[in-house]
Amino acid sequence: MGELDLAQLWSPIRLTIELALITTVLLLLVGTPVAWWLARSKACWKEAVATVVAMPLVLPPTVLGFYLLLLLGPYGPGGWIAGLYGARTLAFTFTGLVIGSVLYSMPFVVQPIRNAFEAFGDRPLEVAATLRASPWDAFWSVAVPLARPGFLTGAILGFAHTIGEFGVILMIGGNIPGQTKVLSVAIYDFVETQHWTEAHILAGGMVIFSFGVILATMMLGRRYGQQGR
Amino acid sequence: MRKHLSWLKRSVAVVASAMIIASMSAAVHAAEVKVAVAANFTEPVKEIGALFEKATGHTPVFSFGPTGGFYNQITQGAPFEVFLAADDTTPAKAIKEGHGIVGTSYTYATGKLVLFSKTGGLTLGEQTLKDGKFEKLAIANPKTAPYGTAAVETMQKLGVYDALKSKIVEGNNIAQTFQFVDTGNAEVGFVAYSQVALKPGGSRWVVPANLHNEIAQDAVLLKTGANNEAAKAFLAFLKGPEARKIIEKYGYGFAK
Repeated sequence: MGELDLAQLWSPIRLTIELALITTVLLLLVGTPVAWWLARSKACWKEAVATVVAMPLVLPPTVLGFYLLLLLGPYGPGGWIAGLYGARTLAFTFTGLVIGSVLYSMPFVVQPIRNAFEAFGDRPLEVAATLRASPWDAFWSVAVPLARPGFLTGAILGFAHTIGEFGVILMIGGNIPGQTKVLSVAIYDFVETQHWTEAHILAGGMVIFSFGVILATMMLGRRYGQQGR
Repeated sequence: MRKHLSWLKRSVAVVASAMIIASMSAAVHAAEVKVAVAANFTEPVKEIGALFEKATGHTPVFSFGPTGGFYNQITQGAPFEVFLAADDTTPAKAIKEGHGIVGTSYTYATGKLVLFSKTGGLTLGEQTLKDGKFEKLAIANPKTAPYGTAAVETMQKLGVYDALKSKIVEGNNIAQTFQFVDTGNAEVGFVAYSQVALKPGGSRWVVPANLHNEIAQDAVLLKTGANNEAAKAFLAFLKGPEARKIIEKYGYGFAK
């Protein structure tokens, strides 16, 4: 008691950064085609899809945590997937947290990218087409560069939001050091057990981190906003 | 002038008597008592609360959670008036640190730890833990939940703690621990006997009391409830025969 255990502080930090990085990469991979489709499609039900993607913004994390616990468990699809490599459940695993985080942070990545894709309209792509660029080529050499601020904002927000995730992880994580005990859960644990020094260090760090992230996104928005004019 | 005075007198008398009646009825009138309850005692206290309300007219308002977590909130001025902990050390600490009232704490129940699996027909026992043929074992957070501490003590006593450590998943409190087992995400888990006492199905092994320190669950009246009749009445009711019957039904014992 009283003595500061740095390993106890470092382990959740590293785990959280790992989780956020992997989640962000996956979100860019999954979110980009979704955002592209939402921006370009003329399908009448696309707003319904957009709504589903945006739902974690409104749903309490407990709702997501509850369903995930069942879906990842041995009687859900997660259990089936886990069965492929001899395990029973995806709950209490790092993989489980990644799945949860991807769903939970999806709107923060898809929305800015979709907005960016919509912002430049049809014109640049039509021009690219008249120059005989294939749709694939046009996407990479026209759409992606034009939408770069959207990607940046999406990546930063997705990363930051995953770092700040708590409720879902508390419900599906099982508090395993090094595997599912992320920063927010560690802070909760320290507070509950009255280790306030450790809680202060981590919580204070989060405050500074959040300030930096939000400032960065705002400055990014301003810079690109002015450039666009 | 005189007429005026008598009017004043009369109205003073009316107001005064109204106040007396109001204060009298407040004494008999249903009050509210906010009770922080350790998660393992959730089901029994709901039943006890219903009887208490019927018997006294007072309304108990229960909050359920981990003992350590509640203690933390109490030190920060949480409005709980009665604290039903899952151990005896936390109420003692509450008294020592000036949040609880001296002489009001007592052991309302002694808890039993049980190893539980959702799958029926299993023979659970020491051997289950020694074999370790499961992927996940759920326990309550041993740092905040006494049933978690008891689970760790049991495994240590059996010499299996180090071997099982990598399979342990922690619930934030005993209720979440049970939920991990109940959803099948953990095959087995150490939960409170009270959580499974009235539930059919599954497999269970009541951990012998000599494998862990006694789980003496103490109640204490908090400073915030010092002047609340309902809070005192609730503690008294908890000691009474009706409450004891319910506590017993859920498999708790009583301090000798």
